Amino acid sequence: MDPKNITTKERLAIPRQVMPAQDPELRMGNFEEVHLGLTPELARMEALRCIQCKDPVCIQGCPVNIKIDQFIKLIAEGDFLGAARKVKEDNVLPAICGRVCPQEDQCEKVCVIGKQRESVAIGNLERFVGDYERQTGQRIVPEMAPPTGKRVAVIGSGPAGLSCANDLAQFGHKVVVFEALHELGGVLMYGIPEFRLPKEIVRDELDGLRKMGIEFRTNVVVGRTITIDELMEEEGFDAIFIGVGAGLPWFMGIPGENLVGVLAANEFLTRVNLMKAYDFPASDTPVFDCKGKSVAVFGGGNTAMDAVRTAKRLGAEHAYIVYRRSEAEMPAREEEIHHAQKEGIEFQLLTIPLEFVGDDKARLTGVKCQKMELGEPDESGRRKPVPLEGSEFVLPLDMAVISIGNGSNPLIKQTTPDIEVSRKETIVVDVNTMQTSKENVYAGGDIVTGGATVILAMGAGRKAAAAIHEKLCGTGQNFNEW
Amino acid sequence: MYRIASAIFLAENIKKFEIEAPRIAKKRKAGQFVMLRLTETGERFPLTIADSDPEKGTITIISQGAGKSTKALNRLEAGDGITDVVGPLGTPSHIENFGTAVSIGGGVGTAIAYPTAAALKQAGNYVITINGARTKELVILEKEMHAVSDEAYITTDDGSYGFNGFVTQKLQELIDAGRKIDFVLAIGPIPMMKAVAEVTRPYGIRTVVSLNPIMIDGTGMCGGCRVTVGDEIKFACVDGPEFDAHLVDFKNLADRNRIYQQEEKESDEAETHRCRLAAKG
Repeated sequence: MDPKNITTKERLAIPRQVMPAQDPELRMGNFEEVHLGLTPELARMEALRCIQCKDPVCIQGCPVNIKIDQFIKLIAEGDFLGAARKVKEDNVLPAICGRVCPQEDQCEKVCVIGKQRESVAIGNLERFVGDYERQTGQRIVPEMAPPTGKRVAVIGSGPAGLSCANDLAQFGHKVVVFEALHELGGVLMYGIPEFRLPKEIVRDELDGLRKMGIEFRTNVVVGRTITIDELMEEEGFDAIFIGVGAGLPWFMGIPGENLVGVLAANEFLTRVNLMKAYDFPASDTPVFDCKGKSVAVFGGGNTAMDAVRTAKRLGAEHAYIVYRRSEAEMPAREEEIHHAQKEGIEFQLLTIPLEFVGDDKARLTGVKCQKMELGEPDESGRRKPVPLEGSEFVLPLDMAVISIGNGSNPLIKQTTPDIEVSRKETIVVDVNTMQTSKENVYAGGDIVTGGATVILAMGAGRKAAAAIHEKLCGTGQNFNEW
Repeated sequence: MYRIASAIFLAENIKKFEIEAPRIAKKRKAGQFVMLRLTETGERFPLTIADSDPEKGTITIISQGAGKSTKALNRLEAGDGITDVVGPLGTPSHIENFGTAVSIGGGVGTAIAYPTAAALKQAGNYVITINGARTKELVILEKEMHAVSDEAYITTDDGSYGFNGFVTQKLQELIDAGRKIDFVLAIGPIPMMKAVAEVTRPYGIRTVVSLNPIMIDGTGMCGGCRVTVGDEIKFACVDGPEFDAHLVDFKNLADRNRIYQQEEKESDEAETHRCRLAAKG
């Protein structure tokens, strides 16, 4: 079909193109990516479904306002690199966001086509252009402003830090990124599993940032190895961006939680993703041997889905999600829930754990649960689960993974007392500039919002970069509007 | 890569390293630790910083070859490199002039007790050190401990050197002799720390232990190092590693530290086998 001579009726007649995926039976046994990506043909066909609205509401649905209509038009015309360039004007990590953004709650949710039919697969198209750029080796080198002579330290190399660093470098500032772990990428490396976000993609994006002149230093725990004050006073940084992410995991506070075999999702995923425990003993770090075992993950978010699907891939015979509300209330992406179901994950919904039980060696043997029913909506607007009397049962288990969210890492607070934190210990910022209570120190991502998404962290990083640039160079830009 | 400036055995299987890490050397305080990763496939593991030389830019760590990683570390020599060293981590020891402070080190725990003993001395305490080992050959840091002590005792389980018995017996002896003790620091194997806590509990002597749960990131992210202290969940990497000995659930710590026993054994045996083959060449 010629993209220039296609009627709206013809566009609407095209069904949403299905992205090829690994067969569930096959993928349950490997850590390779589930989705295989759109072919150029499929991408062009999908792009033709976009009716090019005069007022594209999808752009408002995107936290970083990617010019969605324009990049999709370029795909339809076959200018894939041009499409990548267009996306990258607003989002530096399309291959990553195309994979991990909750598009169904953002751009695709408001897509006009979606009202009557299935919305345009904006996320899949974003992923396609990001992959096309990488796989064809035609890296788009962004335009760089001449050096300003200013130096900015970015703390944390996760999504917030990387997007902030990218923009600051483009503005012409010298950027040094500090990372506490031995590997760069933050949650993209230690948290999100390979089967959802291949690490090769993250490494490739990091290479691109290095080529822009951004310096990276691993093994630096800001607050311990060096403090924020020292970075500014002794190392001569003109401004700081804090994007250190969320901190220590929460536990449920029920009896038996200290039994051997009960662990946090952060630990389980860090062992497997960052430390490659799936490859034990070639990799030194072990992980609980899931083969033939029963594993339950407590929680209903994306991290819970990542953890339970990881357990299944490590050979668990039974891999359960135990969640106190129903599927409709689950915070995880629909797509992830759907994948999990296809992979044989067993959902114990409307179920609340009361107590972990163990043997005489303090090893976990099961969890005592109670069934729930949905009552009136609570303050979050979700219907509140109410216990059903007499519905207690014991689910036999070998491992339990707690995935109910994270608190904040206390290090910045402990070591930089003049940065104001909230009651929840998240850093307090001016929502327009992301500036903290400390002059020339900005923050964004999970350390400000509490656990959220990759794209929101990236948006915050970019907003802070614009504000830092304004502060250092006084461009007179109105950064409320970007 | 972090270069090893010097490496010497202090006793059989216990080796002292000076590692070039200028920023850590400059910042570290008594009670803090580093996370190490020896190779690209290595695990991350914590070791307490025994000493540092900010001028030279080195930190000192003391390692006892127990599992695959510590044995591999102990095979390294001066001039070799360690892939990753990060720190200083953990909350520094709380140091003040308590009055009379007893520092107890059991086995390689002496290496961890040493910097805190030195800091206690510097803060004006009357410092008594009790260093326990199984046997004479395993006594470490005797000279160093002596230098920071007002009274220094060595105990050996087999009586081959110093006091014949456990560190707890020596401590009890001091208490029974009517010595007024204001503060006790105990670092060593879990059963030793638990035993010290039980000795001081009836007298209400403020007692601190340094815990060694399994850690993965060590920077306050994964939650692997959680310990139960006074019925609360604490994380050794950021809240510790030092805690009130009378509130620590030692049994829980011991249970949880055993979780990967089988894998650790497997890993260690495979490595030992590989090393033997390599040695045969």
